[in-house]
Parts: sequence; structure tokens; C-alpha cells
Amino acid sequence: MTIKLGIPSKGRLMDKTFDWFAARGITLKQTGAEREYSGVVEGMEGIELVLLSASEIPRELAAGRIHLGVTGSDLVRDKLVGWDRKLGELAPMGFGHADLIIAVPKAWVDVDTLDDLDAAAAAFRARHGFRMRIATKYHHLVHEFLKAHGVADYQLVDSQGATEGTVKNLTAEAVADITSTGDTLRANHLKVLSGEPVHKSQATLFKSRTAPWLDEDRLVMSELKNKLELGD
Amino acid sequence: MPVTSISKSRVQAEAARLKAYFESQGALGVETDILLPAEVLLDLYGEDIRHRAYVTSDPARGEMMLRPDFTVPVVQMHMDSGADPARYTYAGEVFRKQDDMLDRDPEYIQVGYEVFDGNNPAAADAEVFALFSNVLAPLGLRAATGDIGILMAAVRGLNTTQARRNALLRHIWRPRRFRSLMNRFSDKGTEIREENFARVRANMAAQNAPAIGLRTETEILDRVMALSTDASEKPISSGEIELLNDILSLKETLPNVLSALRDIAVDMEAILPAVNQLRARVDALDARGVDVENLEFETSYGRTSMEYYDGFVFGFYAEGRADLPPVATGGRYDALCSVLGQGRSIPAVGGVMRPAMILAVQEDVL
Repeated sequence: MTIKLGIPSKGRLMDKTFDWFAARGITLKQTGAEREYSGVVEGMEGIELVLLSASEIPRELAAGRIHLGVTGSDLVRDKLVGWDRKLGELAPMGFGHADLIIAVPKAWVDVDTLDDLDAAAAAFRARHGFRMRIATKYHHLVHEFLKAHGVADYQLVDSQGATEGTVKNLTAEAVADITSTGDTLRANHLKVLSGEPVHKSQATLFKSRTAPWLDEDRLVMSELKNKLELGD
Repeated sequence: MPVTSISKSRVQAEAARLKAYFESQGALGVETDILLPAEVLLDLYGEDIRHRAYVTSDPARGEMMLRPDFTVPVVQMHMDSGADPARYTYAGEVFRKQDDMLDRDPEYIQVGYEVFDGNNPAAADAEVFALFSNVLAPLGLRAATGDIGILMAAVRGLNTTQARRNALLRHIWRPRRFRSLMNRFSDKGTEIREENFARVRANMAAQNAPAIGLRTETEILDRVMALSTDASEKPISSGEIELLNDILSLKETLPNVLSALRDIAVDMEAILPAVNQLRARVDALDARGVDVENLEFETSYGRTSMEYYDGFVFGFYAEGRADLPPVATGGRYDALCSVLGQGRSIPAVGGVMRPAMILAVQEDVL
């Protein structure tokens, strides 16, 4: 048997993941044509490389179809309820940094904090007859965050892309989205609420607790942990 | 934990037995749809219910929800029937995702009893509690009671602005935010309020962004004015804050709570009607044979878990098992009815029990 390692199948996230493993003596390689989704692991026996969309890696780990996987910590927390029962966090990898934040129109001079947002939502609902809409694709994380902070009178509306445009298009009053530089937000006349973000995300190596771990898999895993200089 | 060792058919038989008991006490047995339009529920309960309910979409009917509780459909059915007063009982499945407690069942059977009778609220409260207490007596459960109406009356009576009272009332069911609002409106919060307004004034001076979205400039300016007023308004007195804290921390047997509340009412007259209501309920419970001398009462009980209750609240729990869901809960929900009745006031009190939990406690298989 072999350990299956799932990594993002394209883009910067894949390149940075290759670099991260290479710096630790493990060479991951795409095989065949550049766009072919297959790969090999050199420098260690017993590991099979699986190239996947970053957004599918949490599900595959939770289902135990891969043993290890690299994906954003935001995706794991949003997609998997009770994520830490199914997955273990092995190593934050130091790249792919992005914050999940809540942003409102810059013209809202009266709103900088969650307190302000809550008060504005109350007045908005009284005036417009419906709850203030926050556009996002991170429903679980955003709901948990707003609940923990006691914000009321809002609703989450689904937005799978171009989320920053929803306010101008009158389909939402505020947005909750991932940002690394904030350029898109500024270009759309939005500002980030002050205080801690909903979640600070980075690329992370996860381990599946549900995958079949045979004795020989555990041996490979402990060798891998040594190479990666991970504690137990 | 899912009460898996008990078969569904046994749970259904127990549910039927309980429903028959409530019918024998004068309730009309009713059925409601399992698939409900989501809109009303979402508007009433907000994101919490969307997160916990199974929502699906129908191309013709829009968003639909698997019944997360019976209260709303039963209230709606009652309004359409026009009968008054009325007593109902029902039994059936409810569906709730258990994100935070994955080992609890997402589908379980509830049996409920609801009273729509405005003639004597204290008697109606006592009637529901006493019936539940009778049914559950053999199980040796711990009963908890409270009254959200006491805290609401105290807030309504605060000697401060309507805006502050409204802000506090809105967050009665979110203790953490309620507490932070109390701080902000108190002497300790004066600096925070001044800073808030100064920050907003600085934003205004620097503001050059275009107005986008549905929230208008007027709405923004209204809030700026509100912050300005709040910054200069004198704080809620330390005496009143202390009384609120006293009320919030009350946890005693009913007779002791009553005497403590009567003392507080000397300095806070606004709570007197609510305290008198509590006293009337205690008398009504006593008249129905409930052991009020030893009944627990906690002013803050039900604030986090029972979002729409606004008066009497109660629950029955398996002793020493805080990890398990309550065997039964209930309370008064006049405000919810008045929202659903669009201003028509229909005083209502009721409760639900979980037959699977009853069987589990009986057979000690927890």
C-alpha cells in the first residue's frame, strides 16, 4: 500500500507546494504534459501523488480517499463541519496567506467595527423590511463568527464569484470574502472592518484521520515526518 | 448521543401515548406539513435557523425547509382557524443539523402541547408546566424555570434613552453582546462612546468614496446622529446597572427569588408588573400541586437557547447529564405570535418533549 498525498493541481499553490517539499528533500513532479494531472514523488518510497482541485482536497481527506493533503485552512474549516475530528493539522506551510474578512462600502462612515455593523443591520432591517445581506461563499465560517460576536438581523446570500461587485449591483449590502492585498476591495469602494479577521488562512498540510492507515503506511508516515521535521 | 438502542417504532408508540394523554386533557390533535416555505422561518429566526435547518429549493415554490419545529406552523394554523381559546397537541419528526454536537440525532420525534388563551396567562403557564411535570414525574428529572419577561421589564424601565433600551432589548437573547452594551451605556463606557463618535467624525472628514448599495446616505447620517446623541447622553446610573446585575445573577428556589425580586422592585418599580405576574404564576403552580418551594428559578435561564420565548420558560433535564439534550422545554411566546399575526395579539404558551429521551431515561440506557 502507499500513502496518497493530494496537492493542488495548478497555479501558484501547486508551485509553492513543490518548492516547500523540495526544500525538505522531497521532489514532487508533474509527469507527462504540463496540463496532465498526474505526478510522482522522488526521494521517498511509498508515497503516491494525487493532483486535485484545492477545493476538493478537504472532502477527499474527510472521506479518507487520500491520506495527506495540501489546501487552504479556510477551505477545511468552511467545508468540513467538525473538521478536527476528521483531519489533523500537520504543518502550516507559510504561503498562500489570505484573510477572510468582512467589508462594507467605504461611504459607510458610521461603520468600522462589528458593533457598528450590528447596529446598522438593526436599522436597515427596520427600514427596508428585510435583513441586511452579506454576500459570501464561506457560509459556515462567517455564520459562526457573527454568531460568536452576537451580530443579528443579517442574512448570508450566496456569491461564488465577483463577490466585491454585489454591493454596487444591489444584491448585497456587505461582503465576506478572502483577500490578500485588498486591491479588489478598494477598487470596488469597500473597506475592511477593523479587528481580527474571520479567519487567517494559509496553505496547510493536513492528515486524514479517516483514511486506512496500515502498519507500513505508518512507517512511511514516520519517515516523512522526520524528513519534514514535524513533531508528533 | 443518538438514542440508537431504542427503535423508531417504540419512539413512535411513546409519542402516540403522550399525544393521547394531552388529548385526554382537552387538547385537539393536529398535524402540520413537514415541508415548509422557508421565508417566514428565515425572517423570524434569521441565519441560525438557516444553518440548522435542511433547506432545499423548489423551482416553483422557492426555498423550502424540512420542519425545524412545530411552533410556527401550529401558530399559523391556529390563526387561520380563528378558534379562541384553543389547546393543541401534535407528534412528529423535526429536523435539525447538529453542527456543534455531531453525535446528536438530526431527525427526532417531538410531542408538543400549545395553549392559546389570553384570559389568565399565569394559569395557562401553570397548566402547561403542571401537565409536563405530571407526565415526566416518574423519571426524576431536574426542572429549571425562568422568566425572560423580568429582564425585559427591567430594561424597559431603565432611566435612559429609548434607543439604548431598544438596543438592549434586541440583544436579550445574546448575553455576551447584552453585557457589552450594558458596559458601553454605563459610566465605564463614556470614553468608548466619545471615541466612537470621534472616529466617525474623522471618517466623515476623510470621506470621498462614492455612495454604493441600498443603504442610503440618510440612513448613514441617522446613525451618525444617533452616535452623537449617545456620546453626549449621560450614562445609565451605576445604581441601575447594579440592579440589572442583581436581576441577571438571580438563581434560587422560587420563593427566595420572589422575595429578592420584591426587594429589587423597591428601587426599580418598572419590574413590579412582571414580578406580580411571577407571583400569580407561583400561586397557580401551587394550586396545581407543583412543589414550588423547591422549584429552581434562574433569571437568565433560556436566554441563549430559546430565542423566541419572552416570558415564562422551563426545561426538564436528566440529572447530572449536561451533555444530553433536555427531555422537555417550553415557554411563553406572545411576541412571536404577534409578529406572525401582524399585530394581532394572541398570547401563547406551550412546550415540547422528546419521547426518545423519555424512553432512554426510563430504561437507563444513556
